[in-house]
Amino acid sequence: MSSMQRNLLIVGIVVLCLVPYVVYPLFLIKLLCFALLAASLNLLIGYVGLLSFGHAMFYGSASYVAGHVLKTWNVDGIFGVLAGVGIAALLGFLSGLLTIRRQGIYFSMITLAFAQLVFFLALRLPFTGGEDGLQGVPRPTFLGVISTTDNLSMYYVALALVAFGFWVIYRTVYSPFGQVLRSIRDNEPRALSLGYQVNRYKLIAFTLSAALAGLAGSTKVMAFQLASLADVSWTTSGEALLICIVGGLQTLLGPVVGAIIIVSMEHYLASFAEWVLIIQGVVFIIVVMLFRKGIVGQIQFLWRERAERRLGSS
Amino acid sequence: MDSIFGVPSAAFVGQLIVGLINGAFYALMSLGLSIIFGLLRVVNFAHGAQYTLGAFVAWALLEYLGLSYWWALILAPAIVAVFGVLMERVFLRHLYHVDHVYALLLTFGVALLVEGLLRLQFGVSGLPYANPLAGGLDLNFTFIPWYRLWVIGVALAVCLGSWYFIERTKLGSYLRAANENPNLVRSFGINVPRMLMLTYGLAVGLAGFAGVMAAPIYQVSPLMGSNLIIVVFAVVVIGGMGSIMGSIITGFGLGVIEGLTKLFYPEGSSVVIFVVMILTLALRPHGLFGRNE
Repeated sequence: MSSMQRNLLIVGIVVLCLVPYVVYPLFLIKLLCFALLAASLNLLIGYVGLLSFGHAMFYGSASYVAGHVLKTWNVDGIFGVLAGVGIAALLGFLSGLLTIRRQGIYFSMITLAFAQLVFFLALRLPFTGGEDGLQGVPRPTFLGVISTTDNLSMYYVALALVAFGFWVIYRTVYSPFGQVLRSIRDNEPRALSLGYQVNRYKLIAFTLSAALAGLAGSTKVMAFQLASLADVSWTTSGEALLICIVGGLQTLLGPVVGAIIIVSMEHYLASFAEWVLIIQGVVFIIVVMLFRKGIVGQIQFLWRERAERRLGSS
Repeated sequence: MDSIFGVPSAAFVGQLIVGLINGAFYALMSLGLSIIFGLLRVVNFAHGAQYTLGAFVAWALLEYLGLSYWWALILAPAIVAVFGVLMERVFLRHLYHVDHVYALLLTFGVALLVEGLLRLQFGVSGLPYANPLAGGLDLNFTFIPWYRLWVIGVALAVCLGSWYFIERTKLGSYLRAANENPNLVRSFGINVPRMLMLTYGLAVGLAGFAGVMAAPIYQVSPLMGSNLIIVVFAVVVIGGMGSIMGSIITGFGLGVIEGLTKLFYPEGSSVVIFVVMILTLALRPHGLFGRNE
C-alpha cells in the first residue's frame, strides 16, 4: 500500500464516519449493502472471470434466513448475520458444485436459473411470508452491548460489517490465492496445466463470493427490518451487475462508486419504477458501448498513462 | 375413458394441451437462441423483450390500423426482425471482438429498456387480444379450442421448417460453415457480416412470431417476456445449445413435463424445469443434445 493509498484510506474512513450526520443513515446503509453485493460479484467477474447472473439468490436467501432467525428467537444480531452468511455460503457451495461444470455464457444462464428456483422457493416456503415478504424483523442488540434501535448506531454496525466484507475481498485479491484466480481468468488451460485444481479454486471463490453477498443481505434485513421478494428477484442481480460495470470491473473501489451512482438514481426515481428500468437499460448500453472500463477503471487508466508519460519525459 | 393414471381424462388432456402450448413457445424461443448463439456467439438476453415486442406490435396493428391477427402473423415478426437487424448493426456488430460477456450485458440493457418503455406506455396490467379462432374440437369428454391446436401445429411446422432450412439447404450449410470457421467462409467470397446480421434478424423475427401467437392466449403485457426468458434459458441449458433439433425436442418435452407436473404435484410445477436442469447438470453437464466444447 503506497503512502497515497494510505492517505486516501484514512480520508475515506473519516468521511464514512461523519457522513451520516449529513445524509439520511438508512439511505447510506442501503448504499453500503449494494456496494458489498456488487463487490462480491466483482470478485467473481473481475478476478475469476465468472459472470454470475444470480447473486440475488445469496443476497435474498441470507436476508430471509437472518430475518427469520432474528424474528423467531430474538437473539443477538451477530447470530442473525452468521445464519445469513452460513446459508448463503452453503447455497453457494451446493449451486457452485453444479454451475462451475460449465463455463462462460452457460455459467451465467445456469446461475440465473438457480436464482429463479430460489425465487420460487422464497414465494412458497412457509416462513417467508409469500408476496408480502418477511416483515417486522426486530432491530437486534449487536455483540451484547450495541443497541441498533436508532438509525445512527445501526449505520455504524452496518459500516463495520461491510468494511469487514471489503477487507476480506482485499485480502483475497492480493493473496497468492487471488493470483491463482487471476491466472484462471486469463488463461484457464494454462493454470490447469501448471497443476492448479482449477475447479476447486473456482468453487472456493464462488462460495466466498456467495458468503459476502450473504453478509450484505443479512446487514440489509437488520437495518430495514424486511426481507422481500425483490431481494431474490433477477432485477436485483441485474442491478448488482450494473453497479459493477458502471464502477469498473477488476477494481476494488468500482463497486462503491457504482453503488453511489446507481442507488442514488433509484432513490430519486423511486416512485417511477418504469423510469428506473429505462435508465438502467440506457446506462447498460452506454457503458458497454462506450466505456467498458467503468468509471474507476477509466480514472486508473488515465492516471497510469499520465504517470508513464511523466516517466518518459523526465 | 374416464381417467388416465387416476386423474380425470378431461383434466389430463387439458394439461397435456397446456403443456404442449408452453412447450411450443419454449421450442420457438430456444430455437432462436440456439441459432443466434451458434453463429454470433451471443446470448441474446433481449429475446424475451423481442417476444413481448411481437405481441405488442400485433396488438397495435389491430388497435390502430385494424389489421387482423392473420396480417399481424406476417407483419409483426417482420417489424420485430427489422428491429433486430438495426440492433445488430448499431450495437452488437461492435462487440464481436471483445469478451462475450459484453454482448450479454448489452442485450440485457436492451431488454430492460424495452420493458421499461412498454411499461411507461401501457402499464403492467396487460391488454386483452381477441381470440381469432372461435370454437373448438369437441371430444365428448373434453373440449379443445381450435386456436390452441393451431398454435401447436404452426409452432411445430415453423420449428421443423427452421431445422430443414439450417440442416438441409445450401444457405443453411453456409450458416453452419460460418459457425465453424467464419474466416474460411469469408475467403470463399461470402459476405459473412451481412449473413450474421440477417441471421440475427431471422432469429429475432422468430421471437416476434412467438409473441404474436402468444397474444391471444396470454394477455399482452410488458412482463410476458422476462417471465419467459429465464425458463427458456433453463431449457437451453438442459438441451444444450449445439443442436437445432435438440432445442425443439427439449422445448416441447419440458412443456409437457411442466404441464403434467401441474396435474400430479401442483406445488412443484413452477420449479420442475429448474429441477430437471439441476439433474441434467449433475448427470450430463453439456446438456442432453449438447456437444462437448
